[in-house]
Amino acid sequence: MDVIKTKGVTKIYNPDKIPVYALNGVDLLIEEGEFTAIVGPSGSGKTTLLNIIGGLDRPSGGAVMVHGQNIAELSDNQLIDFRKDYIGFVFQAYNLIPVLTAQENVEFVMLLQKRSKTERQQRVAELMDAVGLSDKMDRRPSELSGGQQQRVAVARALAPKPTFILADEPTANLDSKSTENLLDIMTRLNKEENMTFVFSTHDQRVIDRARRVVTLVDGEISKDERRD
Amino acid sequence: MVTKLAWRNIWRNKRRTWITMASILFAVLFGSFMEALQQGAWGNMINNVVNFYMGYGQIHQKGYWDEQVIDKAFTLSPQQLQEIEAIEEIQGVVPRIESFGLVSTTGMTRGALVVGIDPALEQSLTKLEDRIVAGAYLEKADKSVLVAEGLAKILKLGVQDTLVIISQGYHGVNAAGKYLIKGIVKFGSPELNKQMVYLPLPVAQQFYGAEGLLTSIALKIEDQDDIDAGLAAIGEVLDTSAYEIMKWDALLPDLVQAKSLDSAGNYIVYFILYSIIAFGIFGTILMMTKEREYEFGILIGIGMRRFRLSAIVWLEIVLLGMLGALMGIVVSTPIVWYFNKNPMRFSGNYADLLEKFGFEPIFPTAFDPKIFVTQALIIFIMTVLLALYPWFKIRRLKPVEAMRD
Ligand SMILES: Nc1ncnc2c1ncn2[C@@H]1O[C@H](COP(=O)(O)OP(=O)(O)OP(=O)(O)O)[C@@H](O)[C@H]1O
Ligand SMILES: [Mg+2]
Repeated sequence: MDVIKTKGVTKIYNPDKIPVYALNGVDLLIEEGEFTAIVGPSGSGKTTLLNIIGGLDRPSGGAVMVHGQNIAELSDNQLIDFRKDYIGFVFQAYNLIPVLTAQENVEFVMLLQKRSKTERQQRVAELMDAVGLSDKMDRRPSELSGGQQQRVAVARALAPKPTFILADEPTANLDSKSTENLLDIMTRLNKEENMTFVFSTHDQRVIDRARRVVTLVDGEISKDERRD
Repeated sequence: MVTKLAWRNIWRNKRRTWITMASILFAVLFGSFMEALQQGAWGNMINNVVNFYMGYGQIHQKGYWDEQVIDKAFTLSPQQLQEIEAIEEIQGVVPRIESFGLVSTTGMTRGALVVGIDPALEQSLTKLEDRIVAGAYLEKADKSVLVAEGLAKILKLGVQDTLVIISQGYHGVNAAGKYLIKGIVKFGSPELNKQMVYLPLPVAQQFYGAEGLLTSIALKIEDQDDIDAGLAAIGEVLDTSAYEIMKWDALLPDLVQAKSLDSAGNYIVYFILYSIIAFGIFGTILMMTKEREYEFGILIGIGMRRFRLSAIVWLEIVLLGMLGALMGIVVSTPIVWYFNKNPMRFSGNYADLLEKFGFEPIFPTAFDPKIFVTQALIIFIMTVLLALYPWFKIRRLKPVEAMRD
């Protein structure tokens, strides 16, 4: 099944002043269970593409189908609900709500989804275990290392059982050990739960572990290699 | 969860929270104290003026107050009087007959207010006996008079001297009499000190040719809160088309006007106070909103609706406002209570002036819960409105931009 499908996606920033052509017709098809890295030089449009796929930003042209839904058709509130139910996000840093504990952060979106308490508790325990932080459930983000915070963010992204997870440079602020650790977790979740991951990165070690690598140059896909 | 999140966010920046709450607290404290002082001072003033002569209410024949002529004298049946005396809110019924007359001694004549009083009842309301500076107070059966000190001086009269009074009596009869001065009373007000003459009630009635008649009944009401109920109860006893039952504010319109003028001045001070507080609170809100833009971006990004997020932030500020306002009440109450029990004292010229009028130069605060609640409510409502700012901000927030530092 196609999880993400873009057709001729363009993005022009500041169309009225000095326009910046960030994306120039991106056709991308991502299927369930893929583990895809979006790579490319700085300014090539990786973040822009992920934001558009994630429904955080709207394209200037072209179509984006996510989970079979043309997201251009959704109103602001519908789009927010859509993100809540179908997309997991891991941002570059400071993902977590500072006043909530690790487990509350993971539980948060499920609360928005009005899941039952037992279901939430069970899922939180399971996910905190999966990211290896069962013993740090009650810590606030400020009491966790950057790597631990990113692992909690991955657990949070997974909690609402999204269709896929988007991560924009999730390891950019991590040391190599934490990077390895996070990638291990992502790879395992990809394999064991068949969770689809799409992430951007600059880091060669991260690229090496991707099963598909999409290279962007100047807002266009210049290379798309699969390593299955 | 909404409340939990809001509550924790409040304590996120403890120092800022305390500063904000303290500023709200001080606003409530200052506002309450000022208002309590103002109301208290006026209450005290009114109390003084009213108990000086008028009473909190008076009964006359209909139309008397406009003309104040003796022809509008009236009488009440003993039964009516009894019923009025029996009213719970009314602690005293003070009958008077009053009119203007000329007082003279050999070769000298002056105008005077010649009042017939029941000595004991008068004492209970206006403490006339305390004003005696020479001679003695009247007894019920006396045929003698009390003269104000200033008047006695002008006429060069003293205790045991004789005084002639002439006036126009009831329905035009000639009123004239010769009386022995039993005592001299002193008033702080030069006006009164130059014109008061008191006779026992039956003597005055005889003088005016108005046996059994009164021009006014002053009412002694100890608790200001009882005035309206007391006067209403009298309205049940008396036929209001034949009698007028007047409250102090109708008897003393000048005082009422002075009071409202003074309050108007206070509103300017309040306005400034509230503006300062409002800017302070708004500054906090602005800073907090700015600081948390990134977080708001994340929350909307991962699927929290703007409305819900706004509600949390709004609730935070409102909780903060509520805490500050409550603390303001808690702190103000004992302070205002203390100054109610231990009034501030005037000193200097103003105090001398008040003392001359026979008033105690004190500044008690009014201890009325309404004051605190009003002040707290004003600040609270202000906070609630200011808290709408993040609402607008969040409505327009673009997660992508908010997260780009
Ligand atoms: N809000 C914006 N307004 C104007 N131009 C923008 C905006 N966001 C991005 N751009 C421009 O669009 C182009 C693509 O930016 P984008 O952030 O998607 O690149 P990127 O591949 O993520 O880069 P990096 O590797 O540095 O994160 C760049 O030229 C950038 O300057
Ligand atoms: Mg980027």
